Amino acid sequence: MRTIAEINEKIRKGQAVVVTAEEVIEVVRSKGIERAAREIDVVTTGTFGPMCSSGVFLNLGHSKPRIKLGGGTAYLNGVPAYTGLAAVDVYLGATALPDDDPRNHDHPGDFAYGGGHVIEELVAGKEVHFVGTAYGTDCYPRRRIETTIRLQEINEAILFNPRNAYQNYNVAVNLSDRTIYTYMGVLKPRLGNANYCSAGQLSPLLNDPHYEAIGIGTRIFLGGGIGYIAWWGTQHNPSVPRKDGLPKRPAGTLAVIGDLKGMSPEWLRGVSMWGYGVSLAVGIGVPIPILSEEILRYTAVSDDEIFAPVVDYSRAYPEREPEVLGEVSYAELRSGRIRVMGKEVPTGALSSYAKAGEIAQVLKGWIQRGEFFLTEAVAPIPGEEAGISFKPLDEKGGH
Amino acid sequence: MQVSRRIVLHFPASLTGQPIVYRLARDYGLEFNIIKASVSPEEEGLMVLEVRGDEQGVEAGMKYLSEKGVMIEPFSQRVVLREERCIHCGLCVGLCPVGAFRMEPDTYYIRFEEERCLACGLCIKACPPRAMEVGL
Repeated sequence: MRTIAEINEKIRKGQAVVVTAEEVIEVVRSKGIERAAREIDVVTTGTFGPMCSSGVFLNLGHSKPRIKLGGGTAYLNGVPAYTGLAAVDVYLGATALPDDDPRNHDHPGDFAYGGGHVIEELVAGKEVHFVGTAYGTDCYPRRRIETTIRLQEINEAILFNPRNAYQNYNVAVNLSDRTIYTYMGVLKPRLGNANYCSAGQLSPLLNDPHYEAIGIGTRIFLGGGIGYIAWWGTQHNPSVPRKDGLPKRPAGTLAVIGDLKGMSPEWLRGVSMWGYGVSLAVGIGVPIPILSEEILRYTAVSDDEIFAPVVDYSRAYPEREPEVLGEVSYAELRSGRIRVMGKEVPTGALSSYAKAGEIAQVLKGWIQRGEFFLTEAVAPIPGEEAGISFKPLDEKGGH
Repeated sequence: MQVSRRIVLHFPASLTGQPIVYRLARDYGLEFNIIKASVSPEEEGLMVLEVRGDEQGVEAGMKYLSEKGVMIEPFSQRVVLREERCIHCGLCVGLCPVGAFRMEPDTYYIRFEEERCLACGLCIKACPPRAMEVGL
């Protein structure tokens, strides 16, 4: 139908036809698949929600005299970063907490500040307090350093998130008699509320369910800047049950990478999950090149066709039981109420549909203005045919 | 007759160095609880007080404060939305016991309807980007 090179040529000439994954639904309804596929070059997607498997590699630069943080410690605004790398490379993870944070000893636990918040402050250009300790060697004699850093003053700052953009997700409820505090938010007892976390019809991998249009090397919107799909994400699980190609359970994931210096605090936001921990809300937008009618047909998916499993987070989830209480569509979830076990339950979302739509619009604008070109995937993301199984960790006896 | 009132006092910068609240106790026989205060020298100050005493004493105390140039407002605790922190996720929508948040049906932006809010504070802790706070 068309190649990515041809799409890029149209982008260069300012002629590419770009619509968002929300807009394409209406286009296909009015024009039909065939005509819509002829006319549309790119469909843009978006998602913006807490994504815990996120973090940033920082190269802090060499002090005089030098210090080797590897094997020592590094703290940024009191939050520990991983130092098991070369002298001044560290990795600051989104869920890291200060050593002296009370966590949930002070039940349920506030979790006011952590790695995600430091990343937000770095990308906002704010000064960040840095303390490093080391054991000192002949070539790196220094044992302690305390100073401040800013994003623009350090060498590299590479956002590298091993698992983002989940393809579908659980709807969390609580069947127990007490309030529980989870990564899916506060869940009131006896089905008091239900929380979900997907942009549904706007979500990147729900618009390319078999990973045919995107792959490793695909250029994306990441945190307000440019990023790339680096690999499939951890826990990537394409083998879940599907209906019309769409996974009915949490399925594929993406590992993404990009230059933090080009990103914005509007799209990388530190978040606190009450009674659970801290995280980072990440904005991601993936362009889907319309290379075939089939690819276009999948981008036209709407919220009433995507189903998510309802899971009890008071027992089934923590006990790793496979039990699902039912399936509900994203149209039902977004209506504000779903029915679970005969009861009407109010819904809340962790993933921002409004912001996902903004991301799809921003990416569309970049492409229309010739500021963003598509890339060919250099290797595919494994699909159902790869036979990937989702492995549990079962403890072996005798230890 | 004993009365109790919750009030918000706005101090002009010229008064923040003076022991005004102390005089409410000494000269008007009032008891008070400071609920919230933000007073620093040479800046405008704000104080939320619960004042208890006999009705005449409370009235006289309020008159004294007005004469000194302190602006008095009745206190009603409220929760406010810091728009710049809100990411419009909508976690608050299903959680709020009185339905003070709603997702706009067409745009999916979250709106906080303050007039419905009972200031229970549940959303303050539960909001992931911490966009809700106690307002004065």
